[in-house]
Amino acid sequence: MTQAGEFAANLTLTFINSSQTGIDIVHAEQLEISGFLEKNPPFDELSQEALKELAQQVEVAYYRAGSNILNFAEPLQNLYVIRRGAVETYRRSGELYNRLSDGDVFGQMGLLMNQRVRFPVKAIEDTLVYCIPFEQFRDYCDRYETFADFFESESESSSVLRKAVSAQHDNNDLTTVQVKGLMLREPIMIPNRASIREAAEVMTANHISSLLVVNQDQSAGNSAELVGIITDRDLRERVLARGIDPATSVDRVMSNQIITLDDNAYVFEATLLMLRHNIHHLPIVQRQKPVGVLALSDLMRHESKSSILLVRSIFKMSSIEELKIHAGQLPAVFVRMVKEDANSHMIGSAMAVIGRSFKQRLLELAEEQFGPPPVDYCFLALGSMARDEQLIYTDQDNAMVLDDNYREADHGAYFSQVAKFVSDGLAACGYAYCDGEVMATNPKWRMTLSGWKQHFSNWIDEASPQALLNSNIFFDLDGVWGRTGWATDLRRFITHKSKKNRKFLASMARNALNRTPPLGFFKEFVLEKDGQHKDSMNLKRRGTAPLTDIIRVHALAVGSVAVNSFERLEDVIAADLLPEGKGTDMSDALEYISIVRIRHQAKQIEAGEVVDNNVRPRHLTSFDRRNLKEAFQVVSSAQNFLKYRYNSNIPMK
Amino acid sequence: MKARNQDWPAYFDQLAIKSQDHRLHRYYTGGLVSGDTAIVNTPMVAMDFETTGMNADTDEIVSIGLVPFSLHHIFCRESAHWLVKPKQALTEGSVVIHGITHSDINAAPDLEAILEALLTAIAGRIPVVHYRHIEREFLAQALLDRLGEPITFPVIDTMAIEYNVLRCRQGLVDRLLKRSPGGLRLGDCRERYGLPNYHAHHAPTDALATAELLQAQIAYHFSENTPLSELWL
Repeated sequence: MTQAGEFAANLTLTFINSSQTGIDIVHAEQLEISGFLEKNPPFDELSQEALKELAQQVEVAYYRAGSNILNFAEPLQNLYVIRRGAVETYRRSGELYNRLSDGDVFGQMGLLMNQRVRFPVKAIEDTLVYCIPFEQFRDYCDRYETFADFFESESESSSVLRKAVSAQHDNNDLTTVQVKGLMLREPIMIPNRASIREAAEVMTANHISSLLVVNQDQSAGNSAELVGIITDRDLRERVLARGIDPATSVDRVMSNQIITLDDNAYVFEATLLMLRHNIHHLPIVQRQKPVGVLALSDLMRHESKSSILLVRSIFKMSSIEELKIHAGQLPAVFVRMVKEDANSHMIGSAMAVIGRSFKQRLLELAEEQFGPPPVDYCFLALGSMARDEQLIYTDQDNAMVLDDNYREADHGAYFSQVAKFVSDGLAACGYAYCDGEVMATNPKWRMTLSGWKQHFSNWIDEASPQALLNSNIFFDLDGVWGRTGWATDLRRFITHKSKKNRKFLASMARNALNRTPPLGFFKEFVLEKDGQHKDSMNLKRRGTAPLTDIIRVHALAVGSVAVNSFERLEDVIAADLLPEGKGTDMSDALEYISIVRIRHQAKQIEAGEVVDNNVRPRHLTSFDRRNLKEAFQVVSSAQNFLKYRYNSNIPMK
Repeated sequence: MKARNQDWPAYFDQLAIKSQDHRLHRYYTGGLVSGDTAIVNTPMVAMDFETTGMNADTDEIVSIGLVPFSLHHIFCRESAHWLVKPKQALTEGSVVIHGITHSDINAAPDLEAILEALLTAIAGRIPVVHYRHIEREFLAQALLDRLGEPITFPVIDTMAIEYNVLRCRQGLVDRLLKRSPGGLRLGDCRERYGLPNYHAHHAPTDALATAELLQAQIAYHFSENTPLSELWL
């Protein structure tokens, strides 16, 4: 390399000489390099002049797939920008740290620390990199603030986490792969007028345990609509056990409650749907017409493997002891999802699905131990788990809906036992008992379906402080086990009743203003002054919770039956209730605050600390601090709008 | 091709003695690394000319791009770009190809004015080009016109490397039928190695693109220790 160095000196000398002799030498502007850099952060913030200068300093290197680009502890002279290709960075332990591709930057950690390689880098595809010399990098950090900010925040948080918020494009991004992008299995179908025997024959011939039933009445040429599904279990329970003639047409015994997914849905939605209903094959439809079947095993390659494996193993455990051991994996699953670029919706849903699975398995075990239920019931999840916004752990808010034939004297003891079994089991698995006794173990929260409706009706009509508090908890409900249809029923009832009740909505709106975001008059953070959480702010109490409350009020007002805050917001936006752009702002703010909270918890887990929601701004990067203020500002203005919108003096439209 | 299988450094020594022009004399005297130098230790310079046409006898150079590099690093900060004024007027066709207009050229110096800087920039380095006939023949002709003697230098030709690679991959039947082994344009070759698509016909960009292509070709078909003599022409 010395030859190169000498050469460089020669060349520079020549330029000086030449310019003295008046010869016009144009320094080559590398247009491709500056043109590429200007499209990628942090270079996109630089002026044209700065870009041009930088592009002239770049060195280019090519690495074939599989070759090592940086080895641990080697001296590091450059910042690297990937022009084309893909690399993986590793922790010292050899564990995968990050995967980067076109436009991504690496080497900054080492440059900022001690100019030695901290994370070894290997090309996983043929890769062309632009190298920016350290002196130039340092110079630009000094000269351009946005440039420095980018690396400052990069070095403190990890870029993996950063990406989760900034939603950078990535081929493997779990949120951006659509079901139709996957290889689907050929749907195997039978017309609804076919006989049960024919259905059984088709299933046997194709080695499948379930068969799609399609409408035969369609005119020829039109593909048929999906009308039902028949499974091995149906053949056993609805045909053999009842002595039905196999010549009967299949639509007499098929199940018409089919869980399907549109082919535009995202892969993570498909996974959640399958986990949630514990099914292994999901029909994919395009305008109600089956276009393929997705198998859970096909998804394993695309989805966060760890959460799927955990859910599947939960259903194999046969005692609380075993479940408890399995629950030990939950923190690792959580941390991994954070690192896999999952957004808060996905993490919240996955954690809720896992929590729900624990409940379902515990209820199954309870029914094995105490016998089948004497009357039908539905076990409800409440609050964040119902909203699919659960983080790593949550209080076990739950309740039971009982059949209207329920009689306390005859059946009370059974449900009391079951509730206690589940609650103790959940506590063993890490889900704390609820301080407010909002649990099915509390006889107060084991009511018949009509009992619940009566209660909800009273709360909405009287709108007392306690009623409002209850509404906030109980109106986010979801059926976990048993007659889950009752949960949907209750949700419709609530929406229907509260939508028309202006006084109730106004009270809910007032209630949603109780917790304000931690921003002072001058938009500085307002922190806890003393106590254990001095100098911190509670991102749940003063961020996600007030926002969730606001969204709930709007959702009730537009008659949305959704439970998840993001989905509620979609309904609210569709109903045109909010000023232009405000709905998206709220959605972004919720995502941002949630993801900061999630990252905070992931860090605590990794550091072996107790998980909480108290974040100290000085532990955040300047990037996060700035954006968090923006997000809180959104909460604040959303509260102002709420005040005005549901003021009982102003008529509602 | 006259120097093929020949000892380029020894040939340079002869040319140094023979050459009359002091700039060429200095260029040849600067010498060359020997043919048994491993490619990883070889200083190289990617070179690209934009010309008024394809015929070295009648057409001329209008733009020269240079990027010095080694097998592992391309030194963009040392890249250079000159516009030079041809003796005859530009044709419309060539303007369309490289985007260099009459007014650009009118302000540019004659090639002779930048010759010293050019020769200094490539001295001691092996020029790397894509399709050697352009750079070698045009520069030789230009110097013959101006100094009364041509210039001769070894090159590594990425197009020739690619052609051989593709030929080896081709079946005998295809070769006998003289079927085209695949695209040989710079962009086509780069695509085979996953290199990005660059805008063609801007001399320093094409030079950079050629340097990157050679890095990729060596990574795929040769090794760091491949001697220079296997590659130069």
